[in-house]
Amino acid sequence: MLGLQILIDGFAVSALYALGATGFTLIFGVSGVLNLSHGAIMVAAAVAAWAAASVFHLDSYTGALVGVAVAAVVSLATYFVVVQPIQRSRKIPNEEKEIFVLTATLLWGIMIQELIAYFFTNNAKTVLPIVEGVVSIVGVRTPKNEIFTAIVCCVVIGLLWFLVNRTRTGKVVLAASMNPRGVTILGFELTNIYIIVWAIYGVLAGIAGVLLGMFLGVSSYSVGPLTASAFSIVVLGGLGSVSGSLIAALVVGYLETFTAYMISPAYRTIPALLLLVIVMYVRPQGLLGRR
Amino acid sequence: MASNTSPRASWSLSILLGATALGLGMSAAYAADPIKIGVIAEAQAIAGASIPQAAQMAADEINAKGGVDGRQIQIVTYDNHSSSADSVRAFQRAVNEDKVSAVIASYISEVVLALEPWASRLKTPMITPGAASNEITRAVHENYEKNKYTFHGYLTSAALALSVCDAAKELLVDGKKMKSAVIMSEDAAWTKPLDVGYEECLPKIGLKVLDHIRFSPDTTDFTPIFNKIEASKPDVIITGISHVGVQPTVQWKNQQVPIPMLGISSQATNSTFGKDTNDAANGVLYQGVSGPDVAVTSKSIPFAEGFKKKFGNYPSYAGYTSYDEVYMIADAIKRAGSTDADKMVAALEKTDWEGTIGRVQFYGKEDKFTHGLKYGKGLITGLMLQWQDGKQVSVWPKEVAKGTLKFPSFVKVTSN
Repeated sequence: MLGLQILIDGFAVSALYALGATGFTLIFGVSGVLNLSHGAIMVAAAVAAWAAASVFHLDSYTGALVGVAVAAVVSLATYFVVVQPIQRSRKIPNEEKEIFVLTATLLWGIMIQELIAYFFTNNAKTVLPIVEGVVSIVGVRTPKNEIFTAIVCCVVIGLLWFLVNRTRTGKVVLAASMNPRGVTILGFELTNIYIIVWAIYGVLAGIAGVLLGMFLGVSSYSVGPLTASAFSIVVLGGLGSVSGSLIAALVVGYLETFTAYMISPAYRTIPALLLLVIVMYVRPQGLLGRR
Repeated sequence: MASNTSPRASWSLSILLGATALGLGMSAAYAADPIKIGVIAEAQAIAGASIPQAAQMAADEINAKGGVDGRQIQIVTYDNHSSSADSVRAFQRAVNEDKVSAVIASYISEVVLALEPWASRLKTPMITPGAASNEITRAVHENYEKNKYTFHGYLTSAALALSVCDAAKELLVDGKKMKSAVIMSEDAAWTKPLDVGYEECLPKIGLKVLDHIRFSPDTTDFTPIFNKIEASKPDVIITGISHVGVQPTVQWKNQQVPIPMLGISSQATNSTFGKDTNDAANGVLYQGVSGPDVAVTSKSIPFAEGFKKKFGNYPSYAGYTSYDEVYMIADAIKRAGSTDADKMVAALEKTDWEGTIGRVQFYGKEDKFTHGLKYGKGLITGLMLQWQDGKQVSVWPKEVAKGTLKFPSFVKVTSN
């Protein structure tokens, strides 16, 4: 019974982590950007979905769409306002650009976090669930919304796989991640590819944020921990590797759930962080890293 | 963050202008220096945001009636970003640069405990409108001469536990024939004495404590906690939560945990809690000292309504106390005839003030809760309220109750 409970809860949590981390790793793979405003974009999506439903009285579907749209806009703003000016700057030496982007996205994330806290307070918000009620899975009372969350995550990840591997746009994106210079020689504008990737990323982070808001709830305090969890999953899986992130999300999700049930919810994140340290020693490139 | 202070700045500006105009036209008494009261609070948290607003409201009322012996009261506010370090800096600035005569500070126990030594060092009377830890008054009791500048303007955790048990006895044990409970509280300074209080008083009222779960205030997924609680089959969950509130409540409803929750849930005292939880709050029972429609005293409802008119929402629990505290400080200054710190402390100790949450008196030097609010009938007993259909309804004590217990359908109550 408890085993089944862990199996069900762990899957929902893992699926959510996977969705959050996929976008994060996609951006790194294609444009080499570690976006530390990731958590802020997820929280912005959830708070927007909450506000749409609670303040402006839209229904839960429209609210969720508003949340995803807000994340896409914030994500593109991150690219145009923060990342692109640094990448194009002649004043910043090329070898220092990565660290500038890292710092700038971190500060951008803090700015978004403070704005959310200022306008919507730092108290937690929860998004109106799209499906209400519970079902019993072999005796385990499971909220329908938890199942919905897991299904949406799997479908979206599947769509992403289809997009990257089976469409022309996706193949260009994939090629850009392997050899950006080669892609430009073939006549593709790198900036356009980046815009597509940031838009895809925004949608993924938005869906993950809205679902998280329904499943557990978020506050402006969640920004740091969400960025950290995406970051550690991606590092564990291997930076830039989407399949590595998926495996790592499952590992971290189940490890956390198992710890919460079998040891104590207070120690939830510790074993996964220890695992990260061990992987860093034994296999610094991560589980499926390319180097 | 500049815009953060602008509404308040414009307030104080208009007061200043008003005061200047008065000073120009009237006698010298009106031109006397204003009495400054510093307010250090959490502007971004719902519970904290009401603190400076309510203080300003009290000051405006006092000033409209001529101030204290002709001197106007000026509120100087500082946002502490829920941080102890920021609060200490604000306290130093308030005393050393802005020359305040007293400070009203914070609803977070950790913050107040960090400020307490500074109230002693800088010899400035300080009252907290919302922190609860017993440690605050214990420090005053154990080292009175040094720490006498700190007053505890809200119930201590020990008194909160008593208030919860008194209500649980009538509502659950006598009313619903409940026999067992699990304590669920967040790991923080204020819940340590609260839990000790619960462990002691729950068995006395007839609720056997089956389990006691303390969890990190960072917890976001409460599924494993509710699961563990359900496994021990209690009749009720007795809560001690403040840093968290929305998340456990929403997950309690989403997972349809069939056990009612009663206890301290600070976030549930906010009038926005229903909206923040998408009405998952319905059925939650929480201890309070006030409620939007509860006439604890004749001052409660006029204050709550006036506050709503001015700021658009009802005050948080710390708003009520903060409002009272400005009046208490003004009253003490009037009786002391001075803003001298030691004279003010002596006057505050003799406080007997009917405020919005009851009749306020402080425990004396000999009591172990020195400078804490006196708890009991005729003074302050607290209330038990329940979220019903998106509204906060008082259900205990009988004298002020506006409704009876009502739970959502997934909750199983023993005598039903």
